Amino acid sequence: MNWIFEPWPWYIGGPMIAFVLMALLFVGKSFGMSSNLRTICAICGAGKSTSFFNYDWKSQRWNLIVVLGAVVGGWLGSHLLSNTTAVTISEKTITKLQGLGIQSAGNSYLPEELFAMEALQNPLVLLSLALGGFLVGFGARYAGGCTSGHAISGLSNLQLVSLYAVIGFFVGGLLMNHFLLPYFL
Amino acid sequence: MQTLIYFIIGIVFGITMFKSEAASWFRIYEMFQFQSFHMYGIIGSALVFGVIIIQLIKRFQLKSIFGEPIIIADKEKSFKRYAYGGVIFGLGWALSGACPGPMFTLLGAGFFPILVVIFFAVLGTWSYGRLQNRLPH
Repeated sequence: MNWIFEPWPWYIGGPMIAFVLMALLFVGKSFGMSSNLRTICAICGAGKSTSFFNYDWKSQRWNLIVVLGAVVGGWLGSHLLSNTTAVTISEKTITKLQGLGIQSAGNSYLPEELFAMEALQNPLVLLSLALGGFLVGFGARYAGGCTSGHAISGLSNLQLVSLYAVIGFFVGGLLMNHFLLPYFL
Repeated sequence: MQTLIYFIIGIVFGITMFKSEAASWFRIYEMFQFQSFHMYGIIGSALVFGVIIIQLIKRFQLKSIFGEPIIIADKEKSFKRYAYGGVIFGLGWALSGACPGPMFTLLGAGFFPILVVIFFAVLGTWSYGRLQNRLPH
């Protein structure tokens, strides 16, 4: 059982995601995480001024429970089920990131330059996290789904429009990764 | 009882996101650099099983554990909203390195600056709701 404490290879992670998709379908629900962001808006009362958020959010309570589980799963995964949380990305990527000033590449789970508490004192870091989050939230709702809703659920259901969305994810992602990200780091 | 099931599914999802490193900014960066098969393997193998599972559900009209038919709704047909929204999402994904599931997993793992990402993701969602009628779909 030692493999559990090692980083999981793709051929464990991928089928596990399919298992989560299957489990949700067999309890009569669907796999899509970004809907929760809309539900949070609805809970905060956004429905009073915006019809997009004027719905019975209680019908989405189940998905908030899933997300709560995802939080607990993150704690279990990092605190109980890991010997090391360093992510061994490829040597080429490490070299490239170190050239961009990300010295923690290869030694940590997230770049400390972006996700350590002290990093928040840097306005550029704050801007990066805020802008990144904003675009994820805006884009996911505009596209009607995120990685789980389109790349997994939608493509698994052979939805052509999910392919448009996933191609969009990659066009935007490549643009950011190769051309814009260096200005943010 | 049902709440417990959703919670356990969420825990399995969270553990999977963390342990498979799909929640790692580094893995997302590496994926967009095409320098590892890891993320493509995760998404690809999830899809192989996902397609088979959904085809079996449809072919045999399988029912949920509560005895109700499993209905998998088709997505609304359109191009613009998926293309524009997709590109915007991708820009944010590659910058923050977190999509809407893993950002909550990272919170549980103790990376508290992710709260900034989560807060602004909610704000982004709210902004879309405000602008929805004025955007091309």
